[in-house]
Amino acid sequence: MANLTQIPLLRWLMRNPIWGFVLIVFIFFSLSADNFFSERNLMNIVVQASTIGLIALGMTLVMINGNIDLSVGATLALAAAFAVDVQSWAAFATWGNWQILPAVCIALLVGILMGAINGFIVWKTGVDAFIVTLGAMLGIRGLVFVYTGEQSFYAMNFAYSDFSFMTIGPFPVLAVIFAVAVIAVHWLLSRTVHGRNTYAVGGNREAAVNAGIRVGPHMMINFMLIGFLAALSGVLLSTQMGAATPNLGRDYELWVITAVVLGGTKLTGGKGDIIGTLGGVLAIGILRNGMNLMQVPAFYVLVILGSILIAVLFLDKRFNRTADGGLRL
Amino acid sequence: MLLTRLKAGGPAIAKQGILVAFIVFMIAFSLMSDRFLSADNIMSVFRQSAIIGVMAIGVTIVVIGGNLDLSVGSMLSFATVLVVDLHDKIGPELAIPVMIMATLCLGAINGFLIGILRLNSLIVTLGMLSAIQGLVLIYSGGQNVDIADQSGTWFAIFGRGAIFGVATPIIIFLGLALIFHVIMTTMPFGRRVHAVGGNPTASVFSGIPRSRVVFMTYLISALCVAIAAIILGSRVMGSQNNVGQGYELQVLAAVILGGTSLLGGSGSILRTVLGVLMLAFIQNGLILMGQPYYTQWLVTWAVIIVAVWLDVAAKRGRLFSPIA
Repeated sequence: MANLTQIPLLRWLMRNPIWGFVLIVFIFFSLSADNFFSERNLMNIVVQASTIGLIALGMTLVMINGNIDLSVGATLALAAAFAVDVQSWAAFATWGNWQILPAVCIALLVGILMGAINGFIVWKTGVDAFIVTLGAMLGIRGLVFVYTGEQSFYAMNFAYSDFSFMTIGPFPVLAVIFAVAVIAVHWLLSRTVHGRNTYAVGGNREAAVNAGIRVGPHMMINFMLIGFLAALSGVLLSTQMGAATPNLGRDYELWVITAVVLGGTKLTGGKGDIIGTLGGVLAIGILRNGMNLMQVPAFYVLVILGSILIAVLFLDKRFNRTADGGLRL
Repeated sequence: MLLTRLKAGGPAIAKQGILVAFIVFMIAFSLMSDRFLSADNIMSVFRQSAIIGVMAIGVTIVVIGGNLDLSVGSMLSFATVLVVDLHDKIGPELAIPVMIMATLCLGAINGFLIGILRLNSLIVTLGMLSAIQGLVLIYSGGQNVDIADQSGTWFAIFGRGAIFGVATPIIIFLGLALIFHVIMTTMPFGRRVHAVGGNPTASVFSGIPRSRVVFMTYLISALCVAIAAIILGSRVMGSQNNVGQGYELQVLAAVILGGTSLLGGSGSILRTVLGVLMLAFIQNGLILMGQPYYTQWLVTWAVIIVAVWLDVAAKRGRLFSPIA
């Protein structure tokens, strides 16, 4: 009998067990849920998953770098609030549909700014990213509530809410944006100096310093990237809803971290990739969508996802003993 | 200049940074609002902080042991819904012990996964946060629960009652803090928790049963959540099924503000109490000054980062991180 590990696909699956899981749940729901295996629903899954997926791309960068960002849900809400509110500013009243452009630009800039603040504080004060972004999670959410006056904003310009229904060829525009972001971040992480240094800093910070890598700027760039991606996710989410609520994105950081950890990225840093994260995002997306189609109450999805997260952690510990290690705080 | 002094003669002051900040805040707020320092107001701040305070006691012990507990918020929802729902079904004298046992079971699951199986505490309690929230929703069917006869039950004493003119929540909070402070500072168990959190490997070589100690810290955390749930259920006489959502962060913020190191091995219950009270007084002071409610979160953001920054800076003797 030929050695099974010589089959390339199997070898690849052993290195990326999450994709095996994706395959299994995909086949399971295709067989057991009506309407699951249709072009429309599959596109739907990608669109639904893209909200968490975009942030998960940034979280992969930040976690490989040895940090964590808990403030993404709040950043998403702040960006969404700006994107919807700026359109109705008096300054842009005569711009017609062009008023969307400055609104989206300002929203994305706000996201980058929030990331830059987090990154700068982590860099200059040396306080652990967990504490810095925990504070920011409360603070930015407070900013959202103060800015919006605890009200929801509604998009008056219908071109804005129509955007999410647009298609490029056969593909929904939101899915295309997500795909482009996946490819771009994958390229950044695997083909550029910044990506290589991100791994180096997360793997062994002291060695990275000794090798002449400037640790601080790399961390700050990654925080700015996750801020940008969270803001982008917020803008796209608000186009889907045609509104921005102050509670938008609550608990998203938990979903995002779950997706990234499922994808095999290590909390200690230095290990992980975008392909794994994409698997984690799709696994969550397929589970939510499939169970929804099978009319499983949303409550059970919470229990199942929590259990899967812990099970993956357990299996990972059993089979990758060398990669053992907790979060260094 | 300031830092050379901090380094040379100031470890004592640096250690008490939270106390200094607390006093500064109190003076500032009392200058800006005359009602701030009135006995009524101080009492009400203490009473409001009791629930977060009781939970923070348990989380402090977990963190000293070198782990995290993010599941306390969901666990609070679970315990409160359970005790309120069972109150009308089997009576308070049975509902309370049943709820405590159920909550301890959740704590035991945490303790088993983290203490015995040695899984990463951040991820495990993150998973538990979502799983327990799901459990609550399944149990309650998405409905909120409440107690029918709100004035005729002795259950009211925990949240609404008073003993010698002091509200019961305050007595429970400060009493628990004192008990666990004594346990953590004078009893062998407290030393073991410090040892396990400070250096797990060394603690094993010293013959400390590391797994069992970590397991116990999670049981204590669950017990504290159960007590907080009794106060909350009794005060509100009902419960939304996501009542504890977000509590884990406020609790963790208070613990960090109290100077407990997330690395484990150092921290103190009494300073956590200071952290809890400081957050509560900031919230109260800002509201008295007429600021919007959520301004407190902005201030909390700044306070946490500055407090931890000064702590870190005093330890390394430099204000800014040396990394390039």
